[in-house]
Amino acid sequence: MSELFKVSSNPHIRSKVSTNGLMMAVVLALMPAAGFGIYNFGPRALAVIVVTIGSTILTEYFFGLYKKKLTITDLSAVVTGLLLALNLPVSIPLWMAALGGVFAILVVKMLFGGLGQNFMNPALAARCFLLISFPTAMTAFDCDAYTGATPLAALKAGEQVNVLDMVIGRTAGTIGETSLIAILIGACVLILLGVIDLRIPGSYIVTFLLFVGIFGGHGFHPAYLAAQLSGGGLMLGAFFMATDYVTRPITIKGQYVFGIFLGLMTGIFRVFGPGAEGVSYAIILGNLLVPLIEKYTKPTAFGYRKGGKGREK
Amino acid sequence: MNNAGERLYNGLVKENPTFVLMLGMCPTLAVTTSAMNGLGMGLTTMVVLTLSNLIISLLRNIIPSRVRIPAFIVIIASFVTAVQLLLEAYIPDLNKSLGVYIPLIVVNCIILGRAESYAYSNPVIPSIFDGLGMGLGFTFALTCIGAVRELLGAGELFGFGLLPESFEPIRIFGQAPGAFFVLAALVALQNYIKNARKKAGKSYEKIGSGCSEDCMNCSEKNCAKRFYDEKAPQRGMKEIKTSNRQKEDGKTARPDAYEEDR
Repeated sequence: MSELFKVSSNPHIRSKVSTNGLMMAVVLALMPAAGFGIYNFGPRALAVIVVTIGSTILTEYFFGLYKKKLTITDLSAVVTGLLLALNLPVSIPLWMAALGGVFAILVVKMLFGGLGQNFMNPALAARCFLLISFPTAMTAFDCDAYTGATPLAALKAGEQVNVLDMVIGRTAGTIGETSLIAILIGACVLILLGVIDLRIPGSYIVTFLLFVGIFGGHGFHPAYLAAQLSGGGLMLGAFFMATDYVTRPITIKGQYVFGIFLGLMTGIFRVFGPGAEGVSYAIILGNLLVPLIEKYTKPTAFGYRKGGKGREK
Repeated sequence: MNNAGERLYNGLVKENPTFVLMLGMCPTLAVTTSAMNGLGMGLTTMVVLTLSNLIISLLRNIIPSRVRIPAFIVIIASFVTAVQLLLEAYIPDLNKSLGVYIPLIVVNCIILGRAESYAYSNPVIPSIFDGLGMGLGFTFALTCIGAVRELLGAGELFGFGLLPESFEPIRIFGQAPGAFFVLAALVALQNYIKNARKKAGKSYEKIGSGCSEDCMNCSEKNCAKRFYDEKAPQRGMKEIKTSNRQKEDGKTARPDAYEEDR
């Protein structure tokens, strides 16, 4: 195969964008959230992050040894591990974190053909795997710094929450999701670097806000909306996981459809579901619908009539 | 191809209904939450399969081919009912934990498949052993899946706690997704083993249903599965399924249902 790629006579368009460049950008953009998580929850958060990334890299390394094709240098395992760690509570036993990393890489990514073939976001799939397997450990948000429910659970129970704390991130929750500000800094970096655009996060967040505004029971009360927005994994999911290149639709219209679907599903899970959170399930459900969305939003090729009914005269 | 040992080996290894033929997926995925359930389901199916193979093979010259499927169902359903009543009487716990999947054995595709593809066109003794082999293969597969799921999902094996207290069960293996993971992993494992042994020169060609299904180029003229009649071209390209047992009986090949319909 490699010979085929050397065919080159015309000045083909070349791009300097490489897979590990993109992955490096995502890792950098996740640094504020990870850093705030470590500051907020203490050194154990760092241990969880290191163990998870270590397990994803090792899994990819050993699978690469078996397949005789090493792919760890594209850094995608690091991104998966980091995202997974940011989605775990700080008190999780380390072996569970490592197991999640193995599941993400081995089952969701490598067995389906490696990077680019995974049909759903590996980090989120692993989070759901852990959530189903260890419901107690995955929802135990008590730690040295905070006790009690996450702000979203408190909000759902009808209690008052401190919105300012939620925006800064001084609340209970998973390692990387608490701070709205840290996530937004990372998101801005990604947008400025051109790695992601606002289509999916924008349509996702707007749809979600409209949904909870209409069905949430508190109307469009700014404090309620702000709490819903900055609580839970919504921001992390919208900017870092829904925009995953592999598992989002490639068509522009499809990306809006995808974002709107995620917003609706997250709203339904949060407002009507039994739990307080629904971002991860919404996103992996959306991932499964991507082929369908792409099929119905395929743009008309140049020179063809709309609706794909043959060429223009 | 028809001796007893070979039928058993075929059902257990070469054409294992779960790992190779991928039949009977509904009970495989649904009841294997523990090794005991898997074993119970497998043995129940094996009893029904062996008895129905026996009866269908005995009646193969009497059942007209046009109504053979309803006839199979009636025979299988009778045995399932009997077995279910026995289970209810003597092993009520197992009956309770298998629940609706016992009556569903009636429509288990392994049983129907063996009736159609083996017992209906083969003598009694090989048919019994075919049922036994397939049933043992099914039991073996279900017990394996159940054992792995029980060990990981509950930390036990046949109800005994094998793993230390500190082991936190991975609950997903006790639920539906876990069944798919374990089944896939075990199929991969057996393919890996078979491929490795094939390289060492061992043959795992399927022998049970007998053939490459290419009757036109097959040299075995008296094969029970043969549907292609070589005299057909002379009669104007009518490829007719001749019923083989009449051939065996020495009668002239009589055109089958398709011709009678005209």
